Amino acid sequence: MQPLDRSATELVAAVRSGDLTAVACTEAFVDRIEAVNGRVNAFLAVDRQRALDQAAAIDARRSAGQPLGALAGLPVAVKDALCTTDFPTTCASRMLAGYRPPYDADVVARLRRADAVIVGKTNMDEFAMGGSNENSAFGDVHNPWDLARTPGGSSGGSAACVAADMAPVAIGSDTGGSIRQPAGLCGITGFKPTYGRISRRGLVAFASSLDQIGPMARSAADCALVMETIAGHDPGDATSLGEPVPSYTHELTGSLAGLRIGRVAEHYGPGLDPEVAQGVEEAFAAFRAAGATIHDVELPHAKYGIPTYYLIAPCEASSNLARYDGAHYGVRAEPGRGVRAEPGRGVRAEPGRGRHAEAGDGDAGQFESPLVEMYCRSRAEGFGPEVKRRIMLGTYALSAGYYEAFYAKALRVRRLIQRDFLEAFAKVDVIAGPVSPTAAFLLGEKTGDPLAMYLVDMYTVGTNLAGIGGISFPCGFTAGGLPIGFQLQGPALSESLLLRAAHQYQQLTDWHLRRPALAT
Amino acid sequence: MSLSRQDVAKVGRLARLALSEADLERMTGELTKIVGFVSQLGELDTDAVEPLAHPLDTKNVFREDQPAPSLTTEQALASAPRHDGACFLVPAVLGESGAA
Repeated sequence: MQPLDRSATELVAAVRSGDLTAVACTEAFVDRIEAVNGRVNAFLAVDRQRALDQAAAIDARRSAGQPLGALAGLPVAVKDALCTTDFPTTCASRMLAGYRPPYDADVVARLRRADAVIVGKTNMDEFAMGGSNENSAFGDVHNPWDLARTPGGSSGGSAACVAADMAPVAIGSDTGGSIRQPAGLCGITGFKPTYGRISRRGLVAFASSLDQIGPMARSAADCALVMETIAGHDPGDATSLGEPVPSYTHELTGSLAGLRIGRVAEHYGPGLDPEVAQGVEEAFAAFRAAGATIHDVELPHAKYGIPTYYLIAPCEASSNLARYDGAHYGVRAEPGRGVRAEPGRGVRAEPGRGRHAEAGDGDAGQFESPLVEMYCRSRAEGFGPEVKRRIMLGTYALSAGYYEAFYAKALRVRRLIQRDFLEAFAKVDVIAGPVSPTAAFLLGEKTGDPLAMYLVDMYTVGTNLAGIGGISFPCGFTAGGLPIGFQLQGPALSESLLLRAAHQYQQLTDWHLRRPALAT
Repeated sequence: MSLSRQDVAKVGRLARLALSEADLERMTGELTKIVGFVSQLGELDTDAVEPLAHPLDTKNVFREDQPAPSLTTEQALASAPRHDGACFLVPAVLGESGAA
């Protein structure tokens, strides 16, 4: 059997039954990575030997009749925002180049316990800030459908590696659309669960009240399979939910008849590409033909989603990223000098180095102490332009005299946005519409205009602000051959419903099975 | 709403980011544009609306006060740019920098 053509669900079943060894499965995907990643740049780190060793151990345990985990032998790619002890964890930032965390993220630990094989760490926008993957310090990711175009972001490497058959499943994170938007632009399925459904422990923090981890795969059924392993309460994350985790794969069956789908007039304003609108309308028609009913609902504050998000997320980021201080880990620039230490490596103090030897000269006089100078220079060296922009914006919006007008104001509007969703969900089961206003745009097309880039999140940020769930999956292609994404949003803890609705749509259509012609 | 270079320089100091003259110039323009955009929230009357800082109605969560394994000193220091085996090392916390 050719593993690259199989779903995650099929691969796990084949390894369990003995039709496929974990080694053969892993080898097929790492071979594929070696063949095509040079052009896609989806991975920041791959460890072929470690992956094959893990796979061999799983095969040995199976031969010995020992029990296997729920994902035994399944290759999984993990976004580089999640801590892994056996791979560097960089968040695609110079700040953390080479950093080795001392512990695994809860999600990573769960994947290991389930005997998944972690094949590598995926590229992303630096600290998950961006919608095009052009903010990575380690190079753009290229969309497998058209290498001149963006895969979306920030989980662009995770989306691109699944689209290009380099992994059957990838883990992403979604703060304002960072799973759903790249999934939409790369023609795969991406699921952002309810806030708190999956532990954030070991996810490098960007905006803690918005961040959520989720699976990215070819199909909703594969996302459901992975969710059963990665969802659940973690005592190490006080915001993780204690509700029991349903058997998502068993809840995929059931007709779409009677499903009430909300269609939001506010989604069809200026900026929506006509081809995307057309693809979305065809998906509505497919749901209607399968027995779902479509209802107009209003999200009157939807147009305030982007300004609200671009206050709250930068404010939380400016606080979270204060930890990069040149002292504990990451890049350090000594006062009066450039970057000194190799990040990720302990450098012992050199005896006899006094304070005056460190002080240096140049423009050091602008800093109040050598320590502050070290902070300021380390952060200037380590962070890229978008991360600096957001730290500055957040620091400004939280500063004395502006806090009420910006941060507190955004929190009040966040309440209104959440209320809109709660009122809509009193009338419908899910809300549907486009994931992004356009299909994948050209690399470089929006890099000169931060505000234009922010608007690509216009349909996705509301989900995070309200703390609810959203799933994105392909619903067609443009005339130019680019995937069009469809999004379903559901109330808190509606994971089973969202996965089932997407799965049932995928039983009726084959958009999710289309693969890009990426020659090896 | 317009930000001055002085405003941006002050925010840079608060954010502990060293900014070059070119950075200051660029960021003053960019932040003015972004702040102008987010200021549209001012259109909404939110006087009667409670702020929503967190999507869940969470309360403080306490664990049992039981000892549990944690990182060793070696693990905690392993990625530090400079340390002496027991502590993180940093430049002088007090005093002049460079000149005088």
